[in-house]
Amino acid sequence: MASIVAVIASTHHPFYYRASTATGDDRPPFADEWTRKILAFRETLTRAKPDVLVMVGSDHFHQLWLDNMPQFLVGKAPMYDANWYNEEREFGLPRMRLNGHEDLSAHILRAGLDEGFDLAFSNELRIDHSITCPIITLRPEADLPIVPIYTNIFAPPLPQPSRFVKLGEAIRRIIEQWPSHLRVAVIGTGHLSLELGGPRQFGPHGPDPEFDRRAVEWIATGDLDGCLRAVSLDSLHAPGNATHGFMDFMLMMGVAGAGAKADYVDTLDLFHTMEAYFTWYPNGAPA
Amino acid sequence: MSRYLLNKFLFTVDRDPALVERYRSEPIELLAWWEGTVANSLLNSHTGEASTWLAFTAEERAALAAHDHVKLFELGAHPFLTLTLFIALFERDNTEPLEYQKAYGAKLAHLSLPYPDIAT
Repeated sequence: MASIVAVIASTHHPFYYRASTATGDDRPPFADEWTRKILAFRETLTRAKPDVLVMVGSDHFHQLWLDNMPQFLVGKAPMYDANWYNEEREFGLPRMRLNGHEDLSAHILRAGLDEGFDLAFSNELRIDHSITCPIITLRPEADLPIVPIYTNIFAPPLPQPSRFVKLGEAIRRIIEQWPSHLRVAVIGTGHLSLELGGPRQFGPHGPDPEFDRRAVEWIATGDLDGCLRAVSLDSLHAPGNATHGFMDFMLMMGVAGAGAKADYVDTLDLFHTMEAYFTWYPNGAPA
Repeated sequence: MSRYLLNKFLFTVDRDPALVERYRSEPIELLAWWEGTVANSLLNSHTGEASTWLAFTAEERAALAAHDHVKLFELGAHPFLTLTLFIALFERDNTEPLEYQKAYGAKLAHLSLPYPDIAT
């Protein structure tokens, strides 16, 4: 059976690419520290020697639209073109192309449906920065096949937070039942407190540093019970109007497992939002 | 109230560089053209099919024509769509980094939780 060699949860900050590649007067003052932290985080994936990446993210109204909106969608395609014109325009992100792993996609879809998750699928999916940001930070060679999984954290009505956790737990079981010798890393990105298009956006820190502190504690200690008691679809409006992206972190806590302490934890307090990076090694840390 | 149609406008204009420029320079003309040709188009279909019932209210039309992001927020347009398109329209006029983004937030400072519903 396949093995899950790393579970990684991260924020996805579309400004990292531009900040880390900028030089001279264009280079922001926080770029060096940010790059150092990303290189250390990247090493946690490299050490695990993965063969295939399952990538959990959320389309930002690029391909998925309100006339036909899935709650959870699995990509099943041999290739994925990546990044969109408006991400090029606003963030300077490069166009990319990633190979898919259709056999694992098919396995996740079949087993997920059989477990009671009515997963949508896409055979032609252009992925966006929720998935390419962690490729850029964690595997910039972009040389491993992926299975993209999109969640709806964006267009209400949304699934409940507990549903994200349950899907994460199911993804863990399903991958571990995949008849393959391959080493799988599961990588998911979301947000801590975040405000987009509202009065609290682009402040000197994230809109709710206290929420961020508690969130990092829940994730780092695997405190799913505490997190689920504190977080609801209604409560997530308070830390910032885009904070429902935290549910992708909750999904990843489900993949890591209740009570699983992260093997690697790091944060970076930036303008607008706090960055946070977590890695678990389900089978023990690699040598 | 046609929040969906507001979002459809923001979504379809934002993804087309030519429409972004037309909305910046001639918002009233662009909006009239859009209502006549795109508002009822079924985006994921061939051109022979169209919806028959989508229309803005006068208040929504005025907010879009005036580039009024505060009114769009109050009407429940999706804040991510509005922000992304308006950054494309106006960030180019910045004299320092994030100038427009900060001013955009400051104009919404009178709003407090709960924010207007964005469900469609």
